[in-house]
Amino acid sequence: MAAPTSLPDRRRPIGSRLRSAILPVFTGLVVAYLFLPILVMAVFGFNDIQGRFNFTWQGFTLDHWANLFGRYPALNQSLINSLIVAVISTLVATTLGTLIGLALTRYEFRGRGPLNLLIFLPIATPEIVLGASLLALFVSAAVPLGLPTIVIAHIMFNISFVVVTVRARIAGFDRALEEAAMDLGADEWTTFRKVTFPLIFPGIMAAGLLAFALSIDDFVITQFTAGQTVTFPLWVYGASRIGVPPQVNVMGTLIFLIAMVGIVLWVVLQRRDMTARPTTMDR
Amino acid sequence: MPAWLRRHSGLVPYLFLLPGGLWLIVFFVIPLITTASVSLQEGTLATGFRLTFNFGIFPEAIARWDDQLIRSLQYGLIVTVLAMLIGYPMAYTIAFRGGRYKNILLLLVIMPFFTSFIIRTISWKFILADQGFFLGTLKDIGIVDQGFRLLATPVAVISGITYNFLPFVVLPLYVALERIDPKLIEAATDLYASRFQAFLRVTLPLSISGVFAASLLSFIPAVGDYLNAELLGSRNETMIGNVIQRLFLVNRDYPEAAALSLILMVGILVSIFLYVRLLRGQELTV
Repeated sequence: MAAPTSLPDRRRPIGSRLRSAILPVFTGLVVAYLFLPILVMAVFGFNDIQGRFNFTWQGFTLDHWANLFGRYPALNQSLINSLIVAVISTLVATTLGTLIGLALTRYEFRGRGPLNLLIFLPIATPEIVLGASLLALFVSAAVPLGLPTIVIAHIMFNISFVVVTVRARIAGFDRALEEAAMDLGADEWTTFRKVTFPLIFPGIMAAGLLAFALSIDDFVITQFTAGQTVTFPLWVYGASRIGVPPQVNVMGTLIFLIAMVGIVLWVVLQRRDMTARPTTMDR
Repeated sequence: MPAWLRRHSGLVPYLFLLPGGLWLIVFFVIPLITTASVSLQEGTLATGFRLTFNFGIFPEAIARWDDQLIRSLQYGLIVTVLAMLIGYPMAYTIAFRGGRYKNILLLLVIMPFFTSFIIRTISWKFILADQGFFLGTLKDIGIVDQGFRLLATPVAVISGITYNFLPFVVLPLYVALERIDPKLIEAATDLYASRFQAFLRVTLPLSISGVFAASLLSFIPAVGDYLNAELLGSRNETMIGNVIQRLFLVNRDYPEAAALSLILMVGILVSIFLYVRLLRGQELTV
């Protein structure tokens, strides 16, 4: 009978086993803490409430899922507003931010220090100061508040995040690949289109997703620049004073589920991409 | 590329920078300057505001809202320390013990972001409510006194802010810890350091860049937050953000609101500066 080379986990002294369990158990508890409010949100979307307050459990119903868009037209409009703002600000901020990221990583130029500061400062400034100072500008310049001012504000705070994300991707990128394309007779534009862009595209996508997520969820800066316009977070906030309808819980749950499905699809696609690559190389 | 650009190829980076840079100058730098100018004006919404270089507004505003300013700094510091105490062990576990579950665990950390910040905070209001299912049940069983409450206390506000910014703390800590070669820690234990000593003298100093990023990412938004204080707190937990918001959007006292925003921003920049110096000193002694 061969002697075991190392003690199996079961045979280790109980104290050491307990000690090595502390960190995983702690991590599990923190994950539970992170998910508790989301679970509560999802569960109370099925609550058969009597009256306005959705605080105590009163019975199961699918009513709010069935009447998701029927009961509060202003809520629907706020969702549409949020989507408009998120789509436009993501497209513009991703374009402007990617251009800055390209300039920072691929070109030598004067004024790099001040530019880095200009990009870092909006991230280091509390949102309330960003929102308040934009409001000060709009009031001083007599610009009417509404969807355009919200979009302007969202583009502003998203640019820095896009630059940081895209720059990280371009920095880890092999310039020899571009040189190879040029050596093979491609001009600069063709090289950019066929080599550079496809290589940095995942970084641009990641930056765009981040910008979209930040924009659609933004409350503070939006509150300062919205005027009478209402976005989804602003509507929920307004409703919270008189009792949040369970439809909001349902929408929160739906958004969560859609994001989950998106992530799972993305991971699956990436896996397939990775397994596909060696076979094409073999050929 | 057009011919004129080829001749002046030094211009290319500036063309790339121009639109985004201009956007940041017009909608970030100029608003800050406007804020400074508004803070030095006097007047009311009805009569209009005139620039009178009223520098006295700064000491006045600090004296009037000193409670809220100090409370915001306190809450910001407590939240940062709490988030670090919760986030560091978690990031450590994911980085060194995560194994093949690493990516799933990271996903679990960022997943709360898939629900709206405001819905999550309102959810906490549900959970902590006096007769909500959590406290209500505890009270019915008799574990907790009937008069006990969490909502409208500093505990609720601080835990709400900590909850909101915890993922911002875990991610940079994880990135810093992931980079550490476990062989370095092994080497320390081989040289008779206890596991705790190895952590203190190897792991912690090597992750200090993550600690720095993580603490800024929790401290800055925490100090400026007002939503948690508004939804989970009472009048006794008001933070400086609540004051700025009310002055700007309800009272329309633009000069004082602008002055307070500048005070908040300068306060945060000074804190960051002091913190950077403190960490630098730390690195030299380790």
